[in-house]
Amino acid sequence: MKSAVIVFPGSNCDRDMAEALRLVSGRAPAMVWHREAELPDRLDLIAIPGGFSYGDYLRSGAMAAQSPVMHAVREAAARGVFVLGVCNGFQVLTEAHLLPGALMRNAGLSFICRDVPLVVENSQSAFTARYDAGEAITVPIAHHDGNYQADAATLDRLEGEGRVAFRYAEAVNGSARRIAGILNEAGNVLGMMPHPERAVEDAHGRTDGRRLFEGLVEAVSQHA
Amino acid sequence: MKVHVFVTLKNGVLDPQGKAIHHALEGLGFTGVNDVRAGKLIELDLADGVTDAEVEEMCRKLLANTVIENFRIERVEAAA
Repeated sequence: MKSAVIVFPGSNCDRDMAEALRLVSGRAPAMVWHREAELPDRLDLIAIPGGFSYGDYLRSGAMAAQSPVMHAVREAAARGVFVLGVCNGFQVLTEAHLLPGALMRNAGLSFICRDVPLVVENSQSAFTARYDAGEAITVPIAHHDGNYQADAATLDRLEGEGRVAFRYAEAVNGSARRIAGILNEAGNVLGMMPHPERAVEDAHGRTDGRRLFEGLVEAVSQHA
Repeated sequence: MKVHVFVTLKNGVLDPQGKAIHHALEGLGFTGVNDVRAGKLIELDLADGVTDAEVEEMCRKLLANTVIENFRIERVEAAA
């Protein structure tokens, strides 16, 4: 699997993401600075990592969504390249309109950094194929703006179309319908607040995130 | 020319920051506050000839996230 990790000023999970990708796919990703107008050829996966791009100025992800590289990401997503946005990456994807809705300040106003229980809602996507539908997993979160909001019609549509990939098993941050991660219509773009890349090896204390990357590697190898 | 852009949360969108401010005001003994909504003021200093339509486009493309926010544009008269 050939992957790239987009790096913005203020990204801070880019190396964790790169390490997870290297570990699971056996191949180090290209690190792509946000000023690049083009992505490496024949990518299978673009990862947009967590962090505080542009210091969260204006709104989390708002400035990064306007970066030159995002035009290329948008084009790649339209071609069917997998795009994974984690935490700030999820915020960037909503601000770039690659995913619907918005991520607001946590309902309790606090930055929350802890392991949270999730339920895998959809096990049909490439990202979640290695999980069982309804499976309970535990993945860490670390965010201030993870409170997912969208209008009722959008939420109904996401649920009706099986596009809620992960849900919090308990109320965590005020997210509408406890949504933790969503897919785009085509199923090749996933945004999620929890950090699967921080749960891929025993030293992390948990490995529940590892199967997300394994699922992608498998999907890509079947395509090839 | 200066333009003020007010960005506010849409009605019905829960405003955790407004709630916290409200709570703090009550803690200070201000009992007459019914509700607080927090927003942003963005001041633009524009070259002559920038149209209202362009400012509106700036709001839609960047200054406001219209999924959750409204914006209002106000032209500010130069100080006499």
